[in-house]
Amino acid sequence: MRNVFTIAGKELRSYFTSPVAYVLLASYLALAGYFFYALLLAFNQTLQIYSMMRNPEMLSRFNLNQMVIAPLLHNLAVLLIFIVPAITMRMFPEEKRSGTYELLLTSPIRVGEIVLGKFLGGLVLVLLMVALSGLFGVLLRAYGNPELPMMLVGYLGLALMATVFLALGTLISSFTDNVVIGYVGALFALLVLYTIGWLGETVQGVSGNLIRYVSITDHFQELTKGIVDTRDLVYFVTLVVVGLFLTQRSVESVRWR
Amino acid sequence: MIEVASLTKRYGELAAIRDVSFTAAPGQILGFLGPNGAGKTTTMRIITGFLPATTGTVRVDGFDVFEQSAEVRRRIGYLPENPPLYNDMSVPSYLRFVAKLKGLRRGDVAVALERVLDTCGLRQVRDRLLGHLSKGYRQRVGLAQALIHDPPVLILDEPTIGLDPRQIIEIRSLIRTLGGKRTVILSTHILPEVSQVCDKVVIINEGHIVIEDQVANLTRDRTLEDVFIEAITRDSGDGSRASAAAES
Repeated sequence: MRNVFTIAGKELRSYFTSPVAYVLLASYLALAGYFFYALLLAFNQTLQIYSMMRNPEMLSRFNLNQMVIAPLLHNLAVLLIFIVPAITMRMFPEEKRSGTYELLLTSPIRVGEIVLGKFLGGLVLVLLMVALSGLFGVLLRAYGNPELPMMLVGYLGLALMATVFLALGTLISSFTDNVVIGYVGALFALLVLYTIGWLGETVQGVSGNLIRYVSITDHFQELTKGIVDTRDLVYFVTLVVVGLFLTQRSVESVRWR
Repeated sequence: MIEVASLTKRYGELAAIRDVSFTAAPGQILGFLGPNGAGKTTTMRIITGFLPATTGTVRVDGFDVFEQSAEVRRRIGYLPENPPLYNDMSVPSYLRFVAKLKGLRRGDVAVALERVLDTCGLRQVRDRLLGHLSKGYRQRVGLAQALIHDPPVLILDEPTIGLDPRQIIEIRSLIRTLGGKRTVILSTHILPEVSQVCDKVVIINEGHIVIEDQVANLTRDRTLEDVFIEAITRDSGDGSRASAAAES
């Protein structure tokens, strides 16, 4: 475990001693702020229209959770599809290019520790992003009355989603020694994972069920509604574990060739 | 200390090395000589456990590189052809990182760091980023990371390449002081380096060993240059005749 933290610490330092972490954090938060502002504006406008119609029954159905937080979380998830690959793309290619891969693989540490360390380093950065975007939830709470548990579960969903993205990005980065391929490969995989649910709406039968199960959006949607289902949690954890396990195999495979 | 026994490494059809065997006794400095592309780097990568061999075995201090890889890796300090540096790290933070990777205890890291800063002459560049160092200093940091856990075995892949004459002399004398206590394998294609620094020489050509002997024996009545050129020409001549025969 000590080796894992050694690697994770080095990864994290390299994010923060270069501009990488700041550029990613700033772009993410700036866009997130814009999404939040736009959603809030739309919410206020609709609210005004309905209050002019003096329809109390309609008004009571309005809530911040459904009209601001849930769409915001979905937008942030899409944003992370583009941001997380920028974190994972250099994990392995850079080591291979600079020759430090030889240092890591000839040190008395296990391949699994290298993979886990790199993943954890990235995870700290990703979770920091998600946590900072929690600021919007805090603002809503200060000036409005969103349901707190529902909001927290939604953010938990976003964090889980980001963790899955990170694990898959780590896996793809281990396949290549090219940073561009590392980015585009991860972007492609995450977009497929995110959009595959679109097929699930039309395909019937067993394959339809399968597609709906694989689709990350369907599981995420449940969490943004504030519903914690063990099946969804199992789904996220499974993807992370499988992603990291395959990364370990892919790095280890240098030794079989 | 190091026993290499009939190593072969194939990449598909192409054999990078064939049936390579040699030994290095404890405390010996072994010069690993050969033209570019002869298989020096491949052999060294196999010894360090970075690459697997197709067939054959390597034992370091009695431990098998494939079976007891972790034990072997603990005992080896390795300087690859390009020093494995992270350009965004400073000299001490990089060396501390390597020290922890090599399994040094937290309390021993500071002492080890000071020791290698001294032995490798890195005091002046203490606070610099690795990316800003000159080639010579990068090479020295590379050597420092190989030495940080005080390993009994050192594998150095062309340690003096790209250095200026003064630095070459410094690094050579440093390596000489490392022998005796440690077993060193040093690859190079600079012949005087071997006669100045090494006890034993192994010459590899086109993937197989052509000479394994003490430097003193080889240079008794002629220079190492003559020995090297003669061995390589004789071997390459044989090789092309053999392959011509195989084709006909």
